[in-house]
Amino acid sequence: MDKRTTLGRYGSKGTAIGQVRGLGSAHEGVHHWIQQRLTSIGNLVLVGFLLISLVLLPDFSHATVSGWLGSPVPATAMALLVISTFWHARLGMQVMIEDYVDAPGNKFAALAILNLAAVAGAAFGLFCIARLALGGAS
Amino acid sequence: MVQRPLSPHLTIWRWGPHMLVSILHRITGNGMAVVGLGVLLWWLGALASGPAAYDSFSAAMTSPLGYVVLVGLTWAFFNHMASGIRHWFMDIGANYELRSNKNSARGVVVAGIVLTALFWGALLLL
Repeated sequence: MDKRTTLGRYGSKGTAIGQVRGLGSAHEGVHHWIQQRLTSIGNLVLVGFLLISLVLLPDFSHATVSGWLGSPVPATAMALLVISTFWHARLGMQVMIEDYVDAPGNKFAALAILNLAAVAGAAFGLFCIARLALGGAS
Repeated sequence: MVQRPLSPHLTIWRWGPHMLVSILHRITGNGMAVVGLGVLLWWLGALASGPAAYDSFSAAMTSPLGYVVLVGLTWAFFNHMASGIRHWFMDIGANYELRSNKNSARGVVVAGIVLTALFWGALLLL
């Protein structure tokens, strides 16, 4: 093995430690980790707002719930909830896929589907809230 | 993609409260990501589509299976929330002592069940 590279000097491919020694970090962990924490704070506040609002609503008829959801503060909070929860879920499911899907091709496919589903789901949720808030719903 | 070794598998460890909370965090999180966000989008879509669509959503959610799903989701949320808050403390380097770590794991399980009961009590009584 080439002794000029760090991997060449320290790496014995036969052991687990040899496979990672000299590679350095993957350089994509911290950003993911911080975002997972920031969205967790968002989720705590916004889902808390949703659950308390559900307790306080007088009934769950369409008129009551859509009237509540269409007013400015709940509509803003629910739009933020959709963004925060879908982003948090995307990050969390990414970790599960990376842990349990070994084959690189399958891993890439699973992550691609996850990203498309998360963006599509969040877009649908935001559209529904916009329609309720801007008066399109009957 | 660089092939890195994975962490050891679950079977070689002895079970304890911290392990239970760890795996419940993953199960409840991914469960909510699929089922919870699905129900959320169904709810928002039914609200935006009008009373007829909302009625079928309400009928599904007030069926016995619907209540199982909703109670399960609220338990998943409160359990995930409690263990998430426990993670915040461990993120700043606290709560790694064996006794407090194990006790906080037990507290997470209790908090998840108690908060679920309190929420449904408040929802049905208020």
